[in-house]
Amino acid sequence: MKKNKWFQKLYVWLIMAFFYLPIVYVVLFSFNESKSLTKFSGFSLRWYEKMFATRAMMESIYYSALIAIIATVVSTIIGTIVAIGLSKSSRLIKQVVTQVNNLPMLNPDIVTAIGLMLLFSTLNVPTGFFTLLLAHITFCIPYVILSIMPKLRQLDENLAEAALDLGCTPFQALYKVIIPQIREGIVSGALVAFTMSFDDFVISYFTTGPGINNISTYVYATTKRINPSVNALSTLIVLAITLILVLSNVLPLIKARRMKNDEKAA
Amino acid sequence: MKSFRRLVNPYLVWAALMIVLPMLIIVFYAFSEQGNDVIPVKLTFDNFVRFFSDSIFIEVLGRSLKLAVVTTIICILLGYPAAYFIAQMAPDSQAVMVLMVTLPQLINMLVRTYAWRGLLLETPFSPEVKVYIGMVYNFLPYMILQIYTSLSKMDPSLVTAAHDLGCDEKMAFLKVTLPLSIPGIISGITLVFLPAVSSFFIPKLLGGGSYVLVGNLIENYFVTTGDWNFGSAISLIMALVILVSMYFTRKFDYDKEAV
Repeated sequence: MKKNKWFQKLYVWLIMAFFYLPIVYVVLFSFNESKSLTKFSGFSLRWYEKMFATRAMMESIYYSALIAIIATVVSTIIGTIVAIGLSKSSRLIKQVVTQVNNLPMLNPDIVTAIGLMLLFSTLNVPTGFFTLLLAHITFCIPYVILSIMPKLRQLDENLAEAALDLGCTPFQALYKVIIPQIREGIVSGALVAFTMSFDDFVISYFTTGPGINNISTYVYATTKRINPSVNALSTLIVLAITLILVLSNVLPLIKARRMKNDEKAA
Repeated sequence: MKSFRRLVNPYLVWAALMIVLPMLIIVFYAFSEQGNDVIPVKLTFDNFVRFFSDSIFIEVLGRSLKLAVVTTIICILLGYPAAYFIAQMAPDSQAVMVLMVTLPQLINMLVRTYAWRGLLLETPFSPEVKVYIGMVYNFLPYMILQIYTSLSKMDPSLVTAAHDLGCDEKMAFLKVTLPLSIPGIISGITLVFLPAVSSFFIPKLLGGGSYVLVGNLIENYFVTTGDWNFGSAISLIMALVILVSMYFTRKFDYDKEAV
């Protein structure tokens, strides 16, 4: 048994090594002195300097963040409203909306992407920031609805009725009674929306216009040449995501420990 | 509370316009071709005839399916033991491991693939092998997390019961653990196979121009050639192939459950 456990740990760590190999590589080579992608010749910050000096690159970070933030806010608001409406709707409407929402979630991204591209072209909408944003909002909403619906199903219907009986307007009932109870679903929906939008390449590639690139489409467009400043950009993303993930996982732990200590002190 | 029903109405219009209409436009493009000044559009089956009468297109479709199937199988073979071993660890280590599997996934897919391009640049691997490495790298975390979720939901006393009833380790695994983790494998397959069939930037970045898949064909016809009709027909064929394969995967799942 002991030997077995040893083998199990080794196997898991080998898989982890596979997962982290390219990340370590990118971070290391972002500090490379030369342009080579295979030989590390010395430490330098030139690729970071180049990254900050390359306007298109900085713009791609800006657009990725901006689109992700707006798409998250808009799709979370719309998704929450629709989910609440759906929970009171007839079974037919529920089924129709669920099936339609399944389309972008089950279809390959490339099909959703060319569908939107053809739509924009048919309606004569010039592609650019606006179409990119519209596309992102469109594919985020179904995920938000999907993460809120289970919370709504657990909700006690009588609570909202009670609020109305006690003199709340429907809007007050919504915002004082229903929303606080489904908050968890809304937050996880927003997180999914943000990740989906920030990570998206395929749909962005087909729905954006000239001059508007997010990080994904920028990296795709520059891969024809060797460009080590992409490594610097990647390192920044790795750093940001690690920081967010560690903070969001460690902070609750610290908080919990402090609360425990406070209790002990009291 | 019935008044809340009306909240859905604007979204019905939005979904019809942004989700349903685009699909209909793809179908329309696939079954038509650009005409002349007198008749601007002509309905036709030619795009499909063209696809199925050219062996190159069939070959590309076959290659994409093979890539997706092999990637999925490798992900199950590598991912199942990993998920199983993680599920055996102490609860704290499990949480850390899940976090560690999730973290690379949150990093932009293009960025991760670009990293592999540099890593594999001067390796002797063939373009095909490089594409497989990139595919497995991108999709393995999904498989591990799905299988892990189904394993961690399992009641451990079931395995103990199997031991008490005379099963050895191997029998207990084959008769209890494996069948109970099939739903995890199936959802893993959905998350790997589906995007794998249509992937186009991994083959392009890692395989160079030499490794063409259905996704690359669609990209070429939309971006380079501008033949949207034929491009739409290819996407429709691909969507259909995926639909049929998913149907059989699900059916397999139900049949298993019925036994």
